Amino acid sequence: MGSVLYVLGIESTAHTFGCGVATSDGRVISNAKAEYTPKAGGIHPREASQHHASAAASTVSNALSAAGLTISQIDAVAFSTGPGLGPCLRTGATVARMLSLLSGKPLIPVNHCIAHIEVGRMCTGEEDPLVVYVSGGNTLVSAYSDGRYRIFGETLDVALGNCLDTFARALGLPHPGVPKLEVLADGGRSFIPLPYIVKGQDMSYSGLLTDAIRRSKDHDRSDLSLSLLEVAYGMLAEVAERALAHTEKPALLLTGGVARSRRLQRIMDAVCRDHGARFSVVPPDLAGDNGGMIAWTGYLAWREGITVDVEESYVKPKWRLDEVDVPWRRG
Amino acid sequence: MEKRVMIKKGAEAELYRGEWLGRDVVFKRRVRKGYRNPDLDELIRSSRTSLESKLLGEAKRLGVPAPIVYFVDRSSHEIVMSRVPGTPVKNALSGMSSESIGVLFERIGEQVGRLHAGGTVHGDLTTSNMIICGGDVFFIDFGLGEYTRELEARGVDIHLMRRTLESSHNCCAKAAYAAFIKGYRRTMGSAADDVLARAAEVRLRGRYVDVER
Repeated sequence: MGSVLYVLGIESTAHTFGCGVATSDGRVISNAKAEYTPKAGGIHPREASQHHASAAASTVSNALSAAGLTISQIDAVAFSTGPGLGPCLRTGATVARMLSLLSGKPLIPVNHCIAHIEVGRMCTGEEDPLVVYVSGGNTLVSAYSDGRYRIFGETLDVALGNCLDTFARALGLPHPGVPKLEVLADGGRSFIPLPYIVKGQDMSYSGLLTDAIRRSKDHDRSDLSLSLLEVAYGMLAEVAERALAHTEKPALLLTGGVARSRRLQRIMDAVCRDHGARFSVVPPDLAGDNGGMIAWTGYLAWREGITVDVEESYVKPKWRLDEVDVPWRRG
Repeated sequence: MEKRVMIKKGAEAELYRGEWLGRDVVFKRRVRKGYRNPDLDELIRSSRTSLESKLLGEAKRLGVPAPIVYFVDRSSHEIVMSRVPGTPVKNALSGMSSESIGVLFERIGEQVGRLHAGGTVHGDLTTSNMIICGGDVFFIDFGLGEYTRELEARGVDIHLMRRTLESSHNCCAKAAYAAFIKGYRRTMGSAADDVLARAAEVRLRGRYVDVER
């Protein structure tokens, strides 16, 4: 092939409408995004999708101009096919289909969770890490084996990011809640025992969340924030540590939006040091949902001949990570 | 102090082999985790050490092979138990015929059924926690176990077994799980139906799991 190829990626699984461009030599050269912020409470799927529809044109053109490209110079269009919220996914898919038809370039389906992993591998250079993927919608510990990313442990109910965000809202902290919770926790003095629930390799955060909110009326906010973070991150660290011991992977990769947490990074780093594994974390600008990671993963898939016809390009709101073949990891 | 040699640095505990009152033993010490709040750390280590020592004894009482507990040191969170010389199921599978994998997992299913029928759950049924020794399967690592007859805990136990097979032994997962269920039904009897239904329900709670999977 010789010359560099450009893949454009569209992300729209939840809050973020993102558009990024990645190159075949492993760079994300532009990454534009627009984020939907609910006026109150959590994400409303229809409102989020309306936000994405109105932000799409400017986000795509920002991504292209930042990359110094026009749509005709793009070689393929990738889109986040799932998992995610149906209305949001459909908006992104519509934009991607249109760009594919307009440019006459192939359309590539990308699994959102795999994109978080692949962008982390690309940036950190870790070939075969144990992956700890934590965000507002997903919490899982995964490792590659035999053609797919296998899930070693995951949340049985709400995601870690969702648990922390909801608690932050209950305390009246504005979005984004996790950094503010961590500041509060820094001032915490005493530990309040909260439900620490690890079932084999899986975690449960819903009981923890309910109990923390219930106690917020009669306990110090700093102590409670400290205790919640300790228990929530501690459960994840335990599962990660067991997976590391079981799989004997040489490294751990922390990825997803909550990977930006310094406190969580410190904990995972300590887990790695105990087991002689290297610790790596996705860079902050590629941690949260973004189009660049979709573009890069789209390129990996396209290289293996994975494309989809526009007529067949349905979104998959429940597309599990471990259902997807990752042929680029073979050999 | 006894002479000891580290044999394994597990996720939550360090295992040492040594001699204790003339016996060949394993010392299992739950070590402090520097990344955890000290209060939380103490809570987890003490409760799991005490629970594990009790459940190891209970397993043997129910006829399920497990190490013999000789001594529990609560201050250092350490259990002294008999050594089980054998191969973890995790490492044994690659060299086995599909027929003997079937026999093995039927046996494992029977033993798990005994644990459940006797009012306990193991809590961490992975293939690293089962050791093939002397023609039988020994169970270790009861730290996440419980004394319970609840459907939920039993269902989660079965779910974990299946998940381990799928994530670590994908090639023989289906057949091994089917054999496991066969053995489990044998010792659990009709109570197995409800547990398996609950295990299926637990599986669906995982993110984005479709019914047809």
